[in-house]
Formats: sequence, structure tokens, C-alpha cells
Amino acid sequence: MTERTTPAASGGSLWFEAWLRFRRNRLAMIGLVMVITVILVAVLATWISPYDPLKQLIWTEGKAVRLASPSAKHWFGTDLYGRDILSRIIFGARISLQIGIFATLVSLVIGIPLGALAGYVGKWVDDLISWLVNVVFAFPFLLFVLAVVAVFKDPSLVVVYIAIGMVNWVSIARVVRAQFISLREREFVEAARALGMPSWRIIFVHILPNALAPVIVQATLGMGSIIMIEAGLAFLGFGAQPPTPSWGLMISEGQKYLGQGQWWWAIFPGLAIMYTVLAFNFLGDGLRDALDVRLKR
Amino acid sequence: MFTYFLRKLLYTIPVLWGVVTVVFILMAVVPGDPARIMMGQRGDPATLARIRADLGLDLPLHRQYTKFLGELLRGDLGTSYRSNEKVSVALSVRFGATLRLAFWAMVLASVLGVTAGIVSAVKQYSVFDYSAMFLAISGVSAPVFWVGLLLLLAFAYNLHWIPGVGYGDGQAIYLILPVLTLGVRPAALIARLTRSCMLEVLSQDYIRTARAKGLAEKIVVIKHALKNALIPVVTIIGTQVAELLSGAVLTETIFAWPGIGRLAVEALVARDFPMIRGTVIFMALIFLVTNLVVDLSYGFIDPRVRFE
Repeated sequence: MTERTTPAASGGSLWFEAWLRFRRNRLAMIGLVMVITVILVAVLATWISPYDPLKQLIWTEGKAVRLASPSAKHWFGTDLYGRDILSRIIFGARISLQIGIFATLVSLVIGIPLGALAGYVGKWVDDLISWLVNVVFAFPFLLFVLAVVAVFKDPSLVVVYIAIGMVNWVSIARVVRAQFISLREREFVEAARALGMPSWRIIFVHILPNALAPVIVQATLGMGSIIMIEAGLAFLGFGAQPPTPSWGLMISEGQKYLGQGQWWWAIFPGLAIMYTVLAFNFLGDGLRDALDVRLKR
Repeated sequence: MFTYFLRKLLYTIPVLWGVVTVVFILMAVVPGDPARIMMGQRGDPATLARIRADLGLDLPLHRQYTKFLGELLRGDLGTSYRSNEKVSVALSVRFGATLRLAFWAMVLASVLGVTAGIVSAVKQYSVFDYSAMFLAISGVSAPVFWVGLLLLLAFAYNLHWIPGVGYGDGQAIYLILPVLTLGVRPAALIARLTRSCMLEVLSQDYIRTARAKGLAEKIVVIKHALKNALIPVVTIIGTQVAELLSGAVLTETIFAWPGIGRLAVEALVARDFPMIRGTVIFMALIFLVTNLVVDLSYGFIDPRVRFE
């Protein structure tokens, strides 16, 4: 690992250099474009989706279009209730991104301060926080989130992203802690201390901006796993509830019809999940190479 | 070595205690009355009160906690609300199926991942390398349960090679699809890691020396490079256990596999709290024990590691 020797001024040449490196990386650029398409689809869902995702469509002779196979009219077919699957997948992007973004925010809000404290203060504070991190790490991610969600009788999406954030913060905290440990002995921190700056100012104004690169990488890679966990939750019936167009839920609804020849209901939403997770993985890997950070896990 | 082991073991204990406490707190803040859950709408107040007393729910919270810890130390995880079965008994009955599934998934993932990783590294930028890495990154990005459904669609519903879901009477044929499903993700991760470690090792001086003195490429790769490249791979095999357990929850649900993953989902659906508590604690325990073993195995694999 090449250590950064110059403390980054915000918006300085360091980020510009990283962008130049990022631009040269083909997979990273593909990832960026893929992420942008998902965001665009989510934002523009109302305008680009061919049908209303919740509407049970009526075709000819007043008969509902149930389980219609993919056709020019319905590219991805329809489900048992005559809803257009493509439209549901388009709106599903909103659910996945929403959970991804809010769960990541929850993780950052918990993970950054705890990681910073552990790394900066050290001693028993570090022992305590590291212990907590190890405790949370010991739980299988999905099962722990399931248990948290199950505590609430009717799981709303808010519960889901708080639950995911309550687990996911540990990976953020680990990264922040490691950064703080390596940065706290640097000259610029010592100088700040010698000038009599209060600790909170040193932590937030001087160290944190220099510790951000790996946090950004970790958060981006985390988006992929969060979206995957949300899909798993919805698949098991603990995430988004019907008739929400959630990808995981659609796979769960469609799986009963898989053996009867109506494969499209369960298969297309899975492709959407894969596309989105792949997008964040490419982007995250690209950012890691561009920002030159090394992460465990 | 022994003191190192002892220190690791001693560090595991507070973590385990933390796990147990977190689970207890989680289950204690659950809204709703477990006695009600057991009895449904039928229970009259007297019966409900008796059940509460049986479960120790009439005690103050700190007493419930010490009682819970005490029972745990004796290996007693409580009784299922749903089936009245001992949680520890249910776990030991169901664990075999999960172990069988996870073991073969890990064997498959290690063999497939390491082989693909080596070939990819040796033939870097070849067609094989590109396709293997494309498959690997897809494998990491595809949801486990969806992969399982794809396999079912292909091999059970269309080709009819596999009779379908379930445990059968333990015949190997029922094992194939769940193992493939669960093995995809770790195989993909292991392949990527093996490739990058191999590439790193292959560029080192001692490899150049080995080649320069005229050793066959096969010997250089297998005898000299692989040994060092595999050290990080062993680590990831250890950390994969946690992911494997999460994956087992989904895989077992799809394939109606009678393991602890499905047991956990059934318990969650029924809001059977002692069973949820038991499965979560048990899985965390497996994770901690595996990581202890992985930590210790470093010394055997990598002689550079010194235990202090």
C-alpha cells in the first residue's frame, strides 16, 4: 500500500488524480454507467414505465391478462394479477435504491463516530468498541437482520433499513478505526494538537476528511450487499410487503409458477438485482483502485 | 503456541457473552405476549398467567437475564413455543443436514475456486481468464435464492435430471442442487482471490529464480507459488463460514432442506422466540469456533507466523 503523504485539501488535486485513474479503468467506468442507469430508472420510473406497476391490466373482452408470456406488449410478461412485470421491475429500482441509500446512511451515522472514537482515543474505548464490532460480526448478517425485523410485528421499509444499518455499520467502523489509528500519529495531527485544538475539531476537521476515501469505497461495496440482503428479506416475506414492487418479493411470488412454465415472473427480477449489485461492485472496485485503498474483506 | 491459543479462546468468551446478551435484549423488547403467541386466541387469563410463570416472564428483566444465562451455561436453550420441543434437541437434530450441505458446498467452492483461480492467473488475459472472472463476478452479484431457482428451473423442471426439492432419504441426488446453489458465491470469491494472490506471488523474485534454474513451469506453479498464494485463501474460507450460514437460510428454504437455516425461518414466521434465539446463538457460536480454528491454522500453513 502506498501511503498518502500529503493531507488532502478538500477538492484538491488528490481527488482529481483519483478521477483520472478511475477514468482509465474500463470496468470502473462500466460500473459508473450501470449505477447511473439504475438511478435514472428509479428517478424516471413514472415516465418510462409502460404501465402502472400496481394496476391489474385488462386486455380484450374484459379478461385480465394473467401470466402472459413475454411479448411485444409486455416485454417481461405479466404476473398472476395481470401486472406488467417490466413496469414492476422499473419501480422496484426505487425500493432497492431507497433501502440501499438509507441503510448506508444509518451505517455511516453509527459507524463513523464509533470507528473514529475507537481509533483516535484507543485504550479501553477502543477495546469496548472493537468488542461490539466483533459481537455484531459474529452474527450471520441475514439472520440477524431477520431477527431484528421479526421483533416488529409489521415490518415497514423503515424498519428494514434501520435493521440493516444496525448490522452494516461494523464494516464502516472497522475501516474508519484503521484509518484513524494510522493518521493520529501524523505530523499534521500533532501540529493541530500542539496548537491546542479540541479533540472533536481534530477528529472531524483534520482527520476525518483524510480518512474518507476508504469509507467511500466500503460504502459503495456495501450498497451491493445491502441490496442483496433486502432482496433476501423480501424473498422470505420479511421485507417489503405486497403489493410493493420489490425485486425479492417478486421472485418469491413468482417461484411457485416456475415449475409450471411461467418462468418470467421469478427470473427477470433476479436479473435486475444482479445488474444493480454488479454495478455497485464494479464501481466500488474501481473506486478502490482509483483512490488506492486496501480493505480487508 | 499454547498461550496464543489460550488468549484467543479467552477473547472469544466476552464476544460470545455479547452475542448472547444482544440476542436476549432483542427478544426482550419484542412487543406482544409470548403466552398469547402460544395459546392464540384460546387462552383464558388463568392459563396465560400460568404459562407466563412457567416461562419466567413474570420475573423482572434482570432476573430473567440471569436465569437465561444460567440455563444457557447448562446447555439449555429453552423450549419452542410452537412444538414444545427442546430448542437444543431441535438444533442437534437439524444441524446434521446443514453441516452436510455446507461441507460439500465448501468442498465444491474450494476445489472449483482454487483451480479456476490458478488457471486464470497462469493464463492471465486468456479467454479462460476472462470467462472465469466474468462468471466469478456474476456469481458474487447474483442472489443465492435466485441462483437456486435457476438451477431448479434448468435441472428439475426442464431437464428432469433431478427429482426436485426435499431431502429424500438422504440420497446424494437431492444434495446436488442445494450444494451448487450454496457453493456459487464462495467459489466465485475464492477464484478471484486465488487469482490475485497467485499473480502477486508469480511476480516475485524467488519464482524468477526457480524458473531461471530451469524448473518445469508446472513445478514452479504448484510447488513454489501455490503454497504461498493459498495463505490468504485459507483465511477467506474461514470467513466464508458466516456467509455460508446466511446463505443456508435461503438455500434451505428454497430446497425444503431440513437444516437449521430453515428451522430459523420457520421459527421467525411463527414468532417462536426461544427457537429464534437458539438458532441465532448457535450460528454465531459456529462462526466463532470456526474463526478460532482458522486463526490457529495459520501457524501450520504459514511458518512465518509466530504465535506470541
